Amino acid sequence: MVGICSYGGYVPRYRLKRSAVYQAMGWMNPGNIAHARGEKAVANFDEDSLTMTVAAGRDALAGMDRSKVEGIYCASTTMPYKERLNAGIVGAALGLNDHIRAADFSGGLKAGTTALLSALDGVEAKRLNHIAVTASECRLGKPASPQELIFGDAAAAVIVGDQNVIAEFKGSYSITYDFADHYRGQSAKYDRQWEDRWIRDLGYDQFIPEVVNGLLNKYELKMADFAKVLYDCHYAAARKKLNQLMGIAPEADQNNLQAEIGHSGTAQPLVMLVNALEAAQPGDRLLLVSFGSGCDALYFEVTGNIKNKAHNKGISECLTHRAELDNYTKYLVWRNILPGDAGLRAEEDVWTRWSALWRSRKTVLGLWGTKCQKCGTVQIPPQAVCVNAACGAVGAMEDYRFADKIGRIASFTGDMLAASSNPPAIYGQIEFEGGGKMMFDFTDCDLAELATGMVVSMSFRRKYYDEKRDISGYFWKAVPMKEVQ
Amino acid sequence: MAEGIRDKVAILGMGCTRFGERWEAYAEDLAAEAFVECLADAGIEKKEIEAAYIGTHIDEINVGKAAVPLGVALKLPYIPVTRTENYCATATEAFRAACYSVAAGVYDIVLALGVEKLKDTGYGGLPASVGMGVRQFMISANMTAPGMFAQLATAYSAKWGIPMEKIKDAMAHVSAKSHANGALNPKAHLRKAVTEEQIKAAPMIAYPLGLFDCCGVSDGAACALITTPAIAKDLKQNQNIVKVKALAVSVSSGEEAIGTSWDGAHFVTTRIAATKAYEEAGVKDPRKELSMCEVHDCFSITEMVTMEDLHISPKGGAYEDIMGGFYDLNGQVPCQVDGGLKCFGHPIGASGLRMIYAMYEQLLERVPEERKVKNPRLGLTHNLGGMPHQNVAAIAILGID
Repeated sequence: MVGICSYGGYVPRYRLKRSAVYQAMGWMNPGNIAHARGEKAVANFDEDSLTMTVAAGRDALAGMDRSKVEGIYCASTTMPYKERLNAGIVGAALGLNDHIRAADFSGGLKAGTTALLSALDGVEAKRLNHIAVTASECRLGKPASPQELIFGDAAAAVIVGDQNVIAEFKGSYSITYDFADHYRGQSAKYDRQWEDRWIRDLGYDQFIPEVVNGLLNKYELKMADFAKVLYDCHYAAARKKLNQLMGIAPEADQNNLQAEIGHSGTAQPLVMLVNALEAAQPGDRLLLVSFGSGCDALYFEVTGNIKNKAHNKGISECLTHRAELDNYTKYLVWRNILPGDAGLRAEEDVWTRWSALWRSRKTVLGLWGTKCQKCGTVQIPPQAVCVNAACGAVGAMEDYRFADKIGRIASFTGDMLAASSNPPAIYGQIEFEGGGKMMFDFTDCDLAELATGMVVSMSFRRKYYDEKRDISGYFWKAVPMKEVQ
Repeated sequence: MAEGIRDKVAILGMGCTRFGERWEAYAEDLAAEAFVECLADAGIEKKEIEAAYIGTHIDEINVGKAAVPLGVALKLPYIPVTRTENYCATATEAFRAACYSVAAGVYDIVLALGVEKLKDTGYGGLPASVGMGVRQFMISANMTAPGMFAQLATAYSAKWGIPMEKIKDAMAHVSAKSHANGALNPKAHLRKAVTEEQIKAAPMIAYPLGLFDCCGVSDGAACALITTPAIAKDLKQNQNIVKVKALAVSVSSGEEAIGTSWDGAHFVTTRIAATKAYEEAGVKDPRKELSMCEVHDCFSITEMVTMEDLHISPKGGAYEDIMGGFYDLNGQVPCQVDGGLKCFGHPIGASGLRMIYAMYEQLLERVPEERKVKNPRLGLTHNLGGMPHQNVAAIAILGID
């Protein structure tokens, strides 16, 4: 049996009320009032599609033996690198083996389901097993554009394999059209779209039924056979019409989370899939449909394993971990839409030295330290000479991963002098459970709620962006976990 | 068997520029200014100097690498000139090298000079990315000096169960005392007295440190000429001779940063260097024997914690001493008698020698009545270079017989 063995989700902590965006920019495009309900999930200043991929991937891999993962497929249209494999960075951050297959899927918004299909095909063909499939998106709409309101940032991940399958893959149907409703050219920062009416009436209204009917006919199924239909269409009126047209009952129409997250591009179908799996019962049939340069339709049947799978945060737990971003201009600065002045200190050159990064790749990307084989002391960053003065062994270290350990705050501060687009820069010393201590930046927290002794988990974040050379540099930060004091 | 430095060398002369935002001066100008005063004080000619150690910390915006630019600036006549650099202990390291080379009997007269030009960055605080190295850059927090030292306060509060409000009170007293002392000193950078209320109401720089908890970022230079006690006595027959009683340095082993035994609320290195320095100087009870001290008050919390690490205040008990006026100018062990890093200023590579200068002028009773320490016999200087979790502590003890 081939299918999904685990899932994970990630929604960034910050939510921006669409009414706040409309209040600031509605004067320029009053028609946007139609999109001004609910809120959009917004990546923190140190997040991007790549870091959100890692977060969702870690969630999906929780409780799994990572050494068994043989592939990592990452879908997104907003990854930081065009040349340099983003999935390679993700694999290193997830602590996966070096000897695996990794690929970026991009181009159209159905890349998320295409990545999933490729993984399912690979496992079915018995060429690979345990493939992590991720989709993540952080798309920008121009200020005052409808997209600015419609889009939201999120990521989802599933593990595809042939053991302990929680949702069996039963079949698929695909259509591909060069339907340029949305596009971004080689150097474009913002999404650009054609007229809504055309996208709705020709795009969604025709392609969704076309791919759905294709699948139903191929497998001799009826719409009523599905407990949930998960399809990508953020136009509320078109959705209503399509539900009627295709005979989707209200309880079978999976929430697209437009009011809570927003349209998350390539991640949209996978976010809905993870969200549906969280509530699925054995025997449920799920019909998943993506949209963008055509459609992929995938059909799954939930198995009894769903009852005893490991705990994952998924999408719904992320939705409860929220903080309101009550400042629209802060969002603009974080996304580098508004060039805020972080002071002359921020203008100092940052140099990425690729040969040094290669040498330190395990530490920088995967937060690996070392463990002394003589005395067992764990230490980070990796040491050649054991830090335990009573030991002092030289060259007797083995790799030891800190990324999945929890730690406690030993000391902290909120620094107004350090250059930051989210001042104060909060950082401090973390002591890891099981040993090891290091100074880390903190993120997704407020200074006022910090205390020594507070528990933290580690999160892969963008450490810097070198505008001159278009380099995103990454490392790990500590996230205080309020709920586990 | 090694005997240590006690009474083996003497200070023949010293010089120190006015510290501050010296917009008109390059490092070369500051070095020359301190050097001229020092030569005049020593009463010798330049050609009598046999070797020099010159300390600068941040070469990138200062005078570049090596000692050559400063040898050229002072027109030192083809003698050995060597640059020392060890964070904020840079000048004390230059002083130590000069002392040891005289004590070794290699030279009779050696120059130690520290200089720093910081105010060409265009922004407040120290320059960003001060040479932490390629490897550390990739994994370092987005930190500054105030943020790193501020964590002493959060860890100290947690360690001793002392509420932050009380620590803020003690820190405010530390800074108010240094401002009062600095206001009396014409060479000090910051010369305005401030109240503890003003200090506590200042804008936050790095929680819990406010603006007045941070020292001045200054330009300046200081220097000393070192010789043997015999030569000093011969040249200075009518005055006391200031002799070096101890020089001790301790550098972090990695235990504080990487190990898990350190509480984050004290300086391991300072404690070790202090114990060694007292041993070398023959000091049994520093609380009773020291006449005064200049410690590394880069931030008020640093001074507070350091008073315990120098074994003067009991561990966890600095609050009582500070609030009781123990370290005030008229207290039992006056601290930062010239204003300290806080108000005299902190040009990194010059600070160690500036502290020694402050002890030197007190020991020779060359200061006006209003800032005089009573009956000074023994003074201690202390530098702390780097960050609380990874640093160098350097201590010098100077005295007159």
